[in-house]
Amino acid sequence: MEKRVTFGRWTIGILFAVPQLLLIFTFFYWPAGQAVYWSLTLQQPWGGGNIWVGLDNFRSILSNADYWNSITASLVFAATSTGLAMVIALVLAALTDRQLAGSWLYRVVLIWPYGIAAPALAMAFRFILAPEAGFMAVVNKVWPGFWDPGLDGADAMASVIIAFSWKYVGYNFIFFLAAFQAIPRSLIEAAAMDGSGVIRRFRDIQFPLITPTIFFLLVINITESFQDSFGIVDIMTAGGPANATNLMVYKIYSDGFKGLDYSGAAAQSIILMLLIIALTIVQFRFIERRVHYR
Amino acid sequence: MTIIKRGLAALAAGALSTALAVPAFAEPVKFDFWFGLSGDLARVVDTLCKNFNASQKDYEVVCTSQGNYDATLQNTIAAFRAGKQPTVVQVYDVGTATMMLSGAYKPADKLMEENGYKIDYSDYFPGIARYYATSKGEMLSFPFNSSTALMYWNKDAFAKIGKTEAPKTWEDVGADLKALKDAGYDCPMAINISANESWQLMEQFSAIHNQPIATKNNGYDGLDARLEVNKTKFVQYVTDLKKWYDAGLIKIKSKDLGQDMVQAFATGTCQLILTSVGDHGTVGRTQKEGMNWDVAELPVYAGTERKNSLVGGASLWVLSGKSDAEYKGAAAFLNFIHDPKTALFWSTNTGYIPVAKSGFDFMKSNGFYDKAPYKGREVAIASLTASEPTEITRGIRLGNFTQIRAEFGTQMQAIFANKVSVQEGLDTLVKNGDAILERFQQTYPGKTLP
Repeated sequence: MEKRVTFGRWTIGILFAVPQLLLIFTFFYWPAGQAVYWSLTLQQPWGGGNIWVGLDNFRSILSNADYWNSITASLVFAATSTGLAMVIALVLAALTDRQLAGSWLYRVVLIWPYGIAAPALAMAFRFILAPEAGFMAVVNKVWPGFWDPGLDGADAMASVIIAFSWKYVGYNFIFFLAAFQAIPRSLIEAAAMDGSGVIRRFRDIQFPLITPTIFFLLVINITESFQDSFGIVDIMTAGGPANATNLMVYKIYSDGFKGLDYSGAAAQSIILMLLIIALTIVQFRFIERRVHYR
Repeated sequence: MTIIKRGLAALAAGALSTALAVPAFAEPVKFDFWFGLSGDLARVVDTLCKNFNASQKDYEVVCTSQGNYDATLQNTIAAFRAGKQPTVVQVYDVGTATMMLSGAYKPADKLMEENGYKIDYSDYFPGIARYYATSKGEMLSFPFNSSTALMYWNKDAFAKIGKTEAPKTWEDVGADLKALKDAGYDCPMAINISANESWQLMEQFSAIHNQPIATKNNGYDGLDARLEVNKTKFVQYVTDLKKWYDAGLIKIKSKDLGQDMVQAFATGTCQLILTSVGDHGTVGRTQKEGMNWDVAELPVYAGTERKNSLVGGASLWVLSGKSDAEYKGAAAFLNFIHDPKTALFWSTNTGYIPVAKSGFDFMKSNGFYDKAPYKGREVAIASLTASEPTEITRGIRLGNFTQIRAEFGTQMQAIFANKVSVQEGLDTLVKNGDAILERFQQTYPGKTLP
């Protein structure tokens, strides 16, 4: 009798989980499984048939110098834009949290950039950073040839990093501000009465208390910088000049959709997925140790 | 009063007759047409579709823009795999090889024959027809919007250096650019070096000079064709362009930098550009007030026997898996587009050229080319028909050519940024391009181009 009851509970549990499991299966495991299958075959784009090639797709990608260049570019992009977006957002949030004059305005305004769609944002930055029109034209007047994202890969990379960071400063800002405001005022006031200055209070009280948020944003920012950079790259540089901004996710798009090489693109997305998983594991394994959850 | 009464009576009669007439006709058969043009050009296509629907009662074409050529092909493939493909689709020139191997089409010539339309295929300009025809000359798709590359030159600027004619050879271009620079023009010539400019810089140049882009007659004779632009006259051309760029005679203009080359020419900033005849209308509409300019055929190197330039643009494919009624509609639609009167409408409202001799003659007899703003566009026909197409100037039939164009952009950028020498850059272009071609060949084992 006891057995029957347990059995009944088990089915009910499964029944409750089924809708969720179905969703996860349909929108995650199924496409991911399909991508794995495609990466092991050569697909004809029109669906006329495919041939099994085993790991050939991976071999040809990993032996391609352009692909390694793309990985390097992605890592540089991820590290720089995550660093920029987080440090700037942290400083802005810390200042807003101090209730300086007008901080209510910043609290609203600084969130906006995240609400702007990547292509629209990229269009705006393309204009702002255009060497012959816009803001950078003024700089180029003073130092001719200083800024040339059309031919200088470093300048082009800087452009997409600036645009991406600008968007994520808004996102990070919300979380940092919320984290700061969750710190009991009494702690900070007590420290202030003991004579510690703004910087000291930040270093010894606020910063340690918001490490869980910092860690969360670090993981999110790195993951997003691998995935969400596509729209900005497409509008601003299209991967150029000379592949300098051909990030992994953009290369997947251009090989797969423009080049109709579905198998090669599938193999690349498997590699990208493994890379992100590995990076996330590393972060949890080594950085999370230094996070203090209450 | 009587007039009003009569008017009312006429209206009532009209309303009655429509009410009676409607049930007599069957619902028109609807079919889809997807195309890749946007903006002004999309509106012209919409008008074209309306005209077709108004011209007869049996069929109704539903025209949908997919934004651009790439997206049209991608969306069509996705729709085809889901069994929801349009009946007619516009596919750009370089997608021809992919389409031919897709097995997803109904040959246009067969379609017309089955539905009783007689199309005189010799009426097409050979330079246009051969680009889209199989190696045996069958027309699997219908040429639609067509253009070719021309040189746009600023007459006022050239007058300052004592020239009344456009340079005919690249040697002259070099001398003229120098003279323009010395006369105080900051930007004698504008180019861009992205994937898009593969068309005028590499493809058109090679055709006019009768230089191959790939072995096997540019791919017409087999999927095992491989690139060879690193050992043709093209090497000298890139070397010269780079030399002129280094000397400040050529400036790079692109949208990313602030101004694309058509704008740069229209505003009088740059004095010479190479671009499509399709931009003829844009330059005319946006030019600086009072600026004198004209178009000419692309220059050749001295001592070259000029061949025909290549057609650019797109053709209309009819996809498989549709009903007979839809195919009848598609055939009627293609027949409508082939009509010389449609050619006149199409070329007047866009910068594209007529694809058939009958259309061209009809337009000429209507005095289309005699006056501004259309005067000059006949140069495009002259360029396309400069010679009977050779085995090499028929066109380019290479798989995944879009990716090869992207590789062209990448390597040109590396060359112009002094990262690699001209020869190194072109060698890499060939090496990477060959990898793309090899992959395409492996994807279609045992298949051959029709």
